[in-house]
Amino acid sequence: MTTRKRLSGLLADAALILYFVFALFPIAWMVILSLKPANELFSTYFSFTPTLGSYRTVLGDSEGIPFVRFFVNSLVVSVGAVALSLLVGLPAAYASARWRFKGSENLMFTLLSFRFAPELTVIIPLFVLYQRLGLFDTYVGMIWVLQLVTLPLIVWIMRSYFADLTPELEQAALLDGYTRKQAFFKVALPLVKPGVAAVSLLAFIFAWNNFVFPLILTSNEAQTVTVGALSFLGGDRPKYNLTAAAALVSVVPPLLLALTIQRYLVRGLSFGAVKS
Amino acid sequence: MGRRLTLRPYVLIVPALLLTCGILYPFGLGLYYTLFDFSASKPQPDMVRLHNYETVFTQDAFWNSAWVTVLYAVGAAAAETVLGVSVALLLHRSSLVGRVLEKILILPLMIAPVIAAIMWKLMLQPSVGVVNHLLKPFGLGGVQWTDTPTGALLSSIAVDVWVYTPFVAILALAGLRSLPTSPFEAAAVDGAGWWYTFRRLTLPMLWPYVLVAVIFRFMDSLKVFDIIYALTEGGPGDSTVVLQIRAYLEAIRFQRYSFGISYTIVLWAVVYLAAMVLVKHLGRIQRKAAEAK
Repeated sequence: MTTRKRLSGLLADAALILYFVFALFPIAWMVILSLKPANELFSTYFSFTPTLGSYRTVLGDSEGIPFVRFFVNSLVVSVGAVALSLLVGLPAAYASARWRFKGSENLMFTLLSFRFAPELTVIIPLFVLYQRLGLFDTYVGMIWVLQLVTLPLIVWIMRSYFADLTPELEQAALLDGYTRKQAFFKVALPLVKPGVAAVSLLAFIFAWNNFVFPLILTSNEAQTVTVGALSFLGGDRPKYNLTAAAALVSVVPPLLLALTIQRYLVRGLSFGAVKS
Repeated sequence: MGRRLTLRPYVLIVPALLLTCGILYPFGLGLYYTLFDFSASKPQPDMVRLHNYETVFTQDAFWNSAWVTVLYAVGAAAAETVLGVSVALLLHRSSLVGRVLEKILILPLMIAPVIAAIMWKLMLQPSVGVVNHLLKPFGLGGVQWTDTPTGALLSSIAVDVWVYTPFVAILALAGLRSLPTSPFEAAAVDGAGWWYTFRRLTLPMLWPYVLVAVIFRFMDSLKVFDIIYALTEGGPGDSTVVLQIRAYLEAIRFQRYSFGISYTIVLWAVVYLAAMVLVKHLGRIQRKAAEAK
């Protein structure tokens, strides 16, 4: 290797490291802030005795903010939205991958177009509607609206998984005397199981990370962690260590999931857009 | 399969369709509301036809918001494209450092944008934030990051860049890895320099992939809400009041429901038009790239 090449390689590595410092520093800094005792928050910057006090306060309800309940709420509504989306999304994805029928492309595009609709366009009418119907600040109301995030994602990704399966597999099953339903459940579905797992986790992350729906459509009972984490910033004195701890607790599930499904994420994030 | 018309696909798709209608219904309802002067102070609204839209378009506040939104979307999408493609190119060189770092590229993208904005808000505090603390040795200890109009806009764009650059980088990296190798080998044999190869080979072939990312980022940024809400709440003054924030303030904070929805309908129309134009352009570019290969 020539010196010049080695030098440009070093420069490239240095530039990469610089970007990753920018990308990772905020997370690292939140860890530091969350471990600082309240009285050392503003005094010394890099030397302090770490304490888990902030986490105890955040998880222990002592600031009058029921953060654990918000966490459980997030779990319930995210899992609920993903489960409901799978229930209606898998058949729809299968149908649109296997049959070309009148309006199928338009329907699929309509589903995808929700991805680009400004959330407030539907939220404000829903806010009015929910208050009348008693769905405001309820799990059902939140699960219903989170479909806007999870359903298009599941339909579009699963459609491309089903399209990649050759139809002959199910035809062979039909010849063996399976019904269409059995062919779907016993042949097609098991083959796309990894895809179902990946897309479910991705949809879960998107539902978990949503902010604007719970901000407007919940107040206390069904409020989620993304909204709850903001409440530590309010009050007379900003509680930086508590805010940092709350922020970190709220990113644990998405980060853990991201690390486990990393291999599938590229396909998921571009969902079919690259294929078009 | 598929030749004879069967009812089955329709049956399978009906549940998804019903849920979709569950979302289309409030959209239609919202559209209907905008024809009235429905607000908290006027629970028995009168029909005002297009008056709400007239008010929207004649308000300085709307044009200010539209301008801020465009600045934000163009700024964020452009910065993310340049940075994301650069990161992808650097990762594509595949050094040991790159292989290790690639595994954690995704992390910022997995953090809710609103949480990211909270993190940056703590870091950007003028007197006690870590950013100014680190800048102190360079004589820049007192920057009022989110307290000046320009600073607030740039800071919110910076948060967007922090969250979404990995998205562009991932798509660009996937694109780079799918490019044919022979043109690059030929260029290397001909002794073409790095810049020449990049400009004449890499960029034209990569562009369709990058454009997909740009379209996603641009249209998402047009409807930004969470980052601005948590970082600046639209301030100082009106300097970061993007359209969705304005709609939120009008409809939820001031409870002028109809008027607030009018704002979001206008934004929806803009996003829809932008999507149509960009997707058409994307189709043309993709066909051109396919011919060139």
